[in-house]
Amino acid sequence: MAAARAESSHRSFRTPALGLRFLLLAGISIFLLVADHREDHLDTVRKTIGAAVYPLRIIVDAPVSVWRWLDETTTGRNELLLELSRLNAERLITQSRLQRFSALEAENARLRAMLEATSRVRDRVQVAEIMSVSSNPFRHVLVVDKGTRDGVFEGQAMIDADGIVGQVIAAGLLSSQGVLISDPDHALPVQVNRSGLRTIAVGTGEYDRLDLPFLPNNADIEEGDLLVTSGLGGRFPPGYPVGVVDSVMRIPQGPFADVSAKPAASLGQVREVMLIWPGEEEIAPEPEAERLEPIIEAAAAE
Amino acid sequence: MIRERRARRLPVLVCMIAALMLSIVPLPDGASPYRPDWVALTLIYWSIALPRGYSVGTAWVLGILLDIAHGTLLGQHALALALVTYLTVKFHLQLRVFPLSQMTATVFALLALYQFILFWINGVAGIYPEVVTYWGPVVTGTLLWPVVSLVLGGIRYRAPG
Repeated sequence: MAAARAESSHRSFRTPALGLRFLLLAGISIFLLVADHREDHLDTVRKTIGAAVYPLRIIVDAPVSVWRWLDETTTGRNELLLELSRLNAERLITQSRLQRFSALEAENARLRAMLEATSRVRDRVQVAEIMSVSSNPFRHVLVVDKGTRDGVFEGQAMIDADGIVGQVIAAGLLSSQGVLISDPDHALPVQVNRSGLRTIAVGTGEYDRLDLPFLPNNADIEEGDLLVTSGLGGRFPPGYPVGVVDSVMRIPQGPFADVSAKPAASLGQVREVMLIWPGEEEIAPEPEAERLEPIIEAAAAE
Repeated sequence: MIRERRARRLPVLVCMIAALMLSIVPLPDGASPYRPDWVALTLIYWSIALPRGYSVGTAWVLGILLDIAHGTLLGQHALALALVTYLTVKFHLQLRVFPLSQMTATVFALLALYQFILFWINGVAGIYPEVVTYWGPVVTGTLLWPVVSLVLGGIRYRAPG
């Protein structure tokens, strides 16, 4: 009884404090919101707290990693052999393409040298695994397992096998956050590969659509045109595929045409992304041609 | 009495961390707009059950963690969760005697308020999502409320310590 009375007096004593605490916290929240939206002062705070969330991510990711590990370790020998032969075949095909490519690259460098333009260098690339994708469907953010320790920097471009995926927005020590090009807040400078027309591709919040809102009705653009990065924003290295134009609607009474494109990268399904260090030449593996040369010579001698 | 309250802290903490984890587990594309607001549901339950142990402060900290994990504006989830928890704690005596149907309706209203604040802050910040999918979590969360309250009730009364 006494305890109950003490409790109730305790409560009546505390009830106003609850409202006060709420108001205080709401005030801090609004301050944080404004500070976070307007400035970038909160980056260090984000990183510090982000480090606290990191173990949670690892635990969340654990079932998937365990499953993949099990899948890898229990794959039968036959399957492995099959995959090996498939990969070998694929390697031969890409190798043959690469031979042509290296010839073209040499030619390109020569032509550029003749034009006295700076020659483009190859970019260094590192594979990063995606740890989690934002569960907020209106903010397309993903977290990868590479951080500043691996040399990741803010604004770094992320690609997959088919094209641009997004860019890094917050580089932590061990993991970094990246925003996808389909995020409604994201825009990137692109160029139509066929006509050289430059424009901006804006995310829509859908994984399979980008908007090109700033094209006049008479712009030289058609369905099926390939969009590549123009490199003008200074963030994305030039020449990487972004998407393919899939609808062009010219609106005679409006100032702009309604153009949308389908991203080249499969944004909804990526499991790994590649981070690009523009201009840092990769240490190239021993060229295959040298090993092949004796064989070719032998064949020629016959 | 104090010891009793401290002993209850562990299961609640585990529940909160579990809710936080559930809200960052990757889901297939089609399902992720319908992911229930696990953290909000858990907070609503515990702030009715133990209004003095866990209230706006806990909610705010969890909200900040959610903001970091989801990459949203810092303070967005924190503000929404703190408001929802504040209302729940404020009216916890009434809510405790509600039958399940009425309680579920209240949870619907609270979740709708929660989503509305997120929506509103996004709008102020200039992010305009599709409106229809925004209310997915409210519906799934409300439908899951009876299950959540049953499970958390089981944890509350049977957890060791």
